[in-house]
Amino acid sequence: MASLKALRARINSVKSTRKITSAMKMVAASKLKRAQTQAEAARPYAERMQRMLAALAVSAAGSPTAPRMLIGTGRDQVQLLIVVTADRGLAGAFNTNVGRAARTAIQRLEAEGKTVKVITVGRKGRDYLRREYASRLIGEYSFAGKKRVEFSDVDEVAARITAMLAAGEFDVCTVVYNRFMSVISQVPTESRLVPLPLPEIAPVETTGPQAQYEFEPDEEAILAALLPRNMAIQLFRALIESAAGEQGARMSAMDNATRNAGDMINRLTLNYNRTRQANITRELIEIISGAEAI
Amino acid sequence: MATTLLEIVSPDRLLLSQPVDMAVIPAAEGEMGVLPGHAPMIVLLQGGTITLHEGGRPTSRLYVSGGFAEITAERCTVLADEAIPVAEVSRKTAETRLSEADAAYAAADKMDIPMLDLVMQRQQAARAMLAAAEAA
Repeated sequence: MASLKALRARINSVKSTRKITSAMKMVAASKLKRAQTQAEAARPYAERMQRMLAALAVSAAGSPTAPRMLIGTGRDQVQLLIVVTADRGLAGAFNTNVGRAARTAIQRLEAEGKTVKVITVGRKGRDYLRREYASRLIGEYSFAGKKRVEFSDVDEVAARITAMLAAGEFDVCTVVYNRFMSVISQVPTESRLVPLPLPEIAPVETTGPQAQYEFEPDEEAILAALLPRNMAIQLFRALIESAAGEQGARMSAMDNATRNAGDMINRLTLNYNRTRQANITRELIEIISGAEAI
Repeated sequence: MATTLLEIVSPDRLLLSQPVDMAVIPAAEGEMGVLPGHAPMIVLLQGGTITLHEGGRPTSRLYVSGGFAEITAERCTVLADEAIPVAEVSRKTAETRLSEADAAYAAADKMDIPMLDLVMQRQQAARAMLAAAEAA
């Protein structure tokens, strides 16, 4: 049985761990609130952009001169994956889930004979994929140390993807990220950026005169400006969802850790008290038997 | 009097949503006044100022660096890349942006037309910003 001193040290150490995890849980909770507000604030833009895109895409998608960003290059040989993770750990299986999803995707695509290129956003994703797929990594971004994701940061990544597409460096682009379902549930999701999945349009509305838009200067010019913007927005949305998910995952991971630490402290305290009692009993027996012997 | 609902949205948030009598927006091919009952349109915006008219007078002005607008009979939705009330436009930022854009123009390949267009758009947006800062 462990000595009293060792037990006491252990109890103290678990207690301080519990303090840390419960503090982290509270920090995550307040950051989660902020991330959720940000995600909600960004929604109107994305929704309206979707609506405009729907109006434009219908007419443009059929024409052979439609921009590449809308219809892709017509091939699917070179696949670009954007893997969005957090910069920090201690968030349960949050990062591992995305990492695993990305790995499965890479394996699946390579089994089909496709060429895979990977850009990671967030440090953990890079660390996860670097071991096995270092040769596929063509770029990495990390916004570590930033309080929140700014749209201008995302713009940089989007500009790079746009340039790569213009140069014909990939055919299909997919983002892998954690979709924020609720505080306790984040689902690794693949969502395609290029070619753009056409937004669903309610067929009833398109027949009305409402849907007949005029365009200025013309559809092509607007589409050419709108598509890169849309890509940045989609990416931005993935990033803020992932940021909210990270805080949610951390919150529940730290909640569990705090609870486990509590259980452990209870067990150790019980053990400590039993040992203490046993020691007292043993000492008493020694004294009594010593007195009887005289 | 009928009003049209003007909404200005930037990527991070909904900046403004209010009924106005008329909104003047900097469309790519010149300023455009939007009144209630306008024909549905989608327009590209260039750098410039959006002016809100209420009760027959201009009430407030916002600088936008570019974006899109969707106009229907009852509303006008502006998807701005960036929108700042004219009073808060910083002259210094405008000057830095203009000098950056000028430098980019000087460095740009004059044969690369799409690239040149982009740079000139930036110059134009920066000049509009400076003009807005001066007007404030």
